[in-house]
Amino acid sequence: MDWITTVDHKKIAILYLWAGGIFFGIGGLEAILIRIQLIKPMNTFLDAQTFNELITMHGTTMIFLGVMPVIFALMNAVIPLQIGARDVAFPFLNALGFWTFLFGGILLNLSWVMGGAPDAGWTSYTPLSSTGYSPTHGVDFYTIGLQIAGLGTLIGGINFLATIITMRAPGMSFMRMPMFAWTTFITSAIILFAFPAITVGLVLLTFDRILDANFFNVAGGGNPVLWQHIFWIFGHPEVYILILPAFGVISEVIPTFSRKRLFGYSSMVFATILIAFLGFMVWAHHMFTTGLGPVANALFSVSTMLIAVPTGIKIFNWLFTMWGGQVRFTTPNLFAAGFIPTFTMGGVTGVMLASAPADFQFHDTYFVVAHFHYVIVGGLVLGLFAGLHYWWPKMFGRMLSEKLGKWTFWTFIIGFHLTFFVQHFLGLMGMQRRVFTYLPNQQFDLLNLVSTIGAMLMGVGMMIFLTNIFLTSRRPADAADDPWEDGRTLEWTIPSPPPEYNFKQTPLVRGLDAFWKEKMAGHKAMTPSEPVGSIHMPSATILPFLMSVGIFIAGLGFMFSRDEFSSSVMSFLFNNYIVTALGLLITFGSMLMRSLFDDPGWHIEPEELEGR
Amino acid sequence: MMKTWQAGKRLLPMTAALGLILAGCGREDLSVLRPQGPAAESSFALMKLSISIMIVVLLVVFSIAAYVWIRFRRKPDQNEIPKQVEGSFKLEVLWTVIPLILVVVLAVPTVKAVFAAGNDHSGDKDAIKVKVTGHQYWWEFEYTDYGVTTAQDLVIPAGKDIAFELSTKDVLHSFWVPSLSGKMDTNPDGTVNRFSFSAPNEGVYRGKCAELCGPSHGFMEFKVKSVSGAAFEEWIASMKAPDSVLPDDPALAETFKSQCLTCHATGSMQDLSQAPNLTGIGSRESVAGILLNDDTRVDGAPVEENLKTWLHDPQSVKPGNKMPDPKDLGLSDEEIDGIAEFLAGYTLD
Ligand code: HEM
Ligand SMILES: [Cu+2]
Repeated sequence: MDWITTVDHKKIAILYLWAGGIFFGIGGLEAILIRIQLIKPMNTFLDAQTFNELITMHGTTMIFLGVMPVIFALMNAVIPLQIGARDVAFPFLNALGFWTFLFGGILLNLSWVMGGAPDAGWTSYTPLSSTGYSPTHGVDFYTIGLQIAGLGTLIGGINFLATIITMRAPGMSFMRMPMFAWTTFITSAIILFAFPAITVGLVLLTFDRILDANFFNVAGGGNPVLWQHIFWIFGHPEVYILILPAFGVISEVIPTFSRKRLFGYSSMVFATILIAFLGFMVWAHHMFTTGLGPVANALFSVSTMLIAVPTGIKIFNWLFTMWGGQVRFTTPNLFAAGFIPTFTMGGVTGVMLASAPADFQFHDTYFVVAHFHYVIVGGLVLGLFAGLHYWWPKMFGRMLSEKLGKWTFWTFIIGFHLTFFVQHFLGLMGMQRRVFTYLPNQQFDLLNLVSTIGAMLMGVGMMIFLTNIFLTSRRPADAADDPWEDGRTLEWTIPSPPPEYNFKQTPLVRGLDAFWKEKMAGHKAMTPSEPVGSIHMPSATILPFLMSVGIFIAGLGFMFSRDEFSSSVMSFLFNNYIVTALGLLITFGSMLMRSLFDDPGWHIEPEELEGR
Repeated sequence: MMKTWQAGKRLLPMTAALGLILAGCGREDLSVLRPQGPAAESSFALMKLSISIMIVVLLVVFSIAAYVWIRFRRKPDQNEIPKQVEGSFKLEVLWTVIPLILVVVLAVPTVKAVFAAGNDHSGDKDAIKVKVTGHQYWWEFEYTDYGVTTAQDLVIPAGKDIAFELSTKDVLHSFWVPSLSGKMDTNPDGTVNRFSFSAPNEGVYRGKCAELCGPSHGFMEFKVKSVSGAAFEEWIASMKAPDSVLPDDPALAETFKSQCLTCHATGSMQDLSQAPNLTGIGSRESVAGILLNDDTRVDGAPVEENLKTWLHDPQSVKPGNKMPDPKDLGLSDEEIDGIAEFLAGYTLD
């Protein structure tokens, strides 16, 4: 109950981590099944339809339900602490964001048991995703599930923007803000601009499918290529929504374990902003073979290549952060160290893809699969591992085992390179992506076998990580405030895990790396910027949960509004939008409650604070 | 500009070496790395240039990384605080400018090649014009200047430019012959794409569909058969031979006409594009694009056997394809075998 009603950012972080972890596991399982099917030519382990459902759900789950929530978990756990705040700007919305995400994700995955998962690829290109060619409810689960989950992401993004703009501790100017806070800020801004595009796209596709609209239907005057534009105007920025937080994590971990401040802080900030900006200008590089013509292809080629410049700045700044430092290979830093060469390899193939005439060959082959997994897994997932190992003691008060952590790292990264490095060659040798099997004697056999073995090894790495979590959770919570000893930012000035109110007194920030600065001045703690006083806390509430349940019911109701059920009662309820209305009633009823009953929250008094 | 050229030139030996290594990869009739025509060569040249630049970048990053990890590893007795360096304006400018130069080195030939590839030859009198139509899950090729339509095997004269006009009858597909050229999507009417390539050497090349188009997307293959100019003219002539051939047995002929020719066309019949044209199917490289007709290959089988495999259960060969099972059309096993035998013998002279 406590967990369903909580509005505390630290608990919501843990909820995000759990939910994300489970979806990540589902996505991983789907990946393993895909790789087993591809282990040899003409394999019959899976049938073609199931395979297409698996690749669609693997991509969709990983991008929207696997890594996004883990990113949000880290942001929720860390951002208020890093900027010296007691919570996010809108704790109620924060909870709402989590629950809509979770129910969207559940809805999407219900498709496995309710008559067919989506099968048109995570990009859902029309007309393949139209009812004519994908007649099950699969794609409806996709459009409506993602719509609901996307709502949560958008709410979260806006919340972080507001939090970072308004709730920084006194003295923390923007240019004194930790790098992870910066990348969270920019990521949230991208979410704010990119998610409306997919929202619109999903609405149009839903209307095409459920209400027989013709937005993407040629016969009705629509245009399927329009979907590609809408999808990628969201889809490419989405890629930066994923990778920028990883950049932020790496920019925290490397300085801590080099005992040096981040090299070229201001150019890092500038590069982040530039990447975000360029990220919006390059969507059509996913569409070079669509037939946009040479002018568009040339422009999008060159603008895509330009992203390599700010990305390069970041790579070299990280390397020079370590230069002259004292590098310690703790588990988080091992992952950060693995991140640099691996992500660089992904970036480099990105530049190769950017050359349109070369992309005519790369596009939709395993080369692209290799590229984006180098970026997303070799970049983002390694970054998330670094961040999780790094902040685990802060989130849970327990240090993860370093020994198991190192095992996780080595199995995972070796498995990763085995899986994906060879895929570059598969693509170049003529293997398209998204094929459920391939004919023998095309020289694809050996490399596919290697790739599958690598994937299994990555799975082993994940199991070791889970074991580590399990064993750690049974140990006493005795982590120090600053367990890595060289913490530089504000989260390391308070207990692990932090008390409900985070900071007894809001700290005064006197420079970049505020805590490090105080340590160097010989202080043990931050100077407070206020006397100890009564702390206002928001009340726990079930309303965000109820609102999300309502939306979930409404979504299901709408999706089945045209179905014939065997029972006439069911048909009556669904076909007359009664279920939809009921769901919306719950949601709007909760909203009404929220507006009518003013909740002043509660206070923690100074005596209580001192008492602990 | 001068500078970038210098840099480009210095990369040349490396490019050449790489080209040699990569060229060992994959089958000649299939691999992007063994280009067999000018269009594929132009892509390959850019790939070699970009990978050379990128390998240099990787080597620099890897070396610096290895150096700092070894050189600046914290020693057990190390306790002094390292100098907290702000950054270095000079260095940061350096690693902004160098990538910019590299981008220019790659961008210039890229833009040139983009516009060269945009030249589609559709107005060229000398080019052979072919209308390619994608279907779930087969390829239709219409030679508009000759009034000939075929499926699965694209026969072209070696060395001639082929001007393609691409579209689809259902979902999006993508037309790709890796060793001859990059791919191009087939969009529905109204967004028809054009491009062209040529195959200087005679031979059979493997083509693929590269856009997810349903369960049998992976099986939507085709062959490009590059033949001499004379052989091409001969092929056109035999395709145009007026008569539709029928099985000798009148009952079988009737079955074939009433059950098969409602969707398929042969000879001079009007082609409705509902199903692959069967004219001269006995001479094709494959049945259904993926059952290879034995030409010394280990994975092939004689045409007749492949036809039987297909006709006895089309769904298990290509899941989700639109051809009805002949058994559901009321054909007996003997009739199916008879038709397979007849089709295997339906060759072009
Ligand atoms: C230096 C930075 C990058 C460049 C230059 C770049 C370039 C490209 C290009 C040109 C494509 C289109 C390839 C094709 O479909 O033929 C592509 C695809 C893709 N990229 Fe990147 N990219 C970069 C970074 C990233 C990042 C940071 C991510 C994810 C975190 C990412 C994820 C993807 C994905 C998922 C696709 C595949 C889309 C699909 O076809 O489904 N990329 N990239
Ligand atoms: Cu296809």
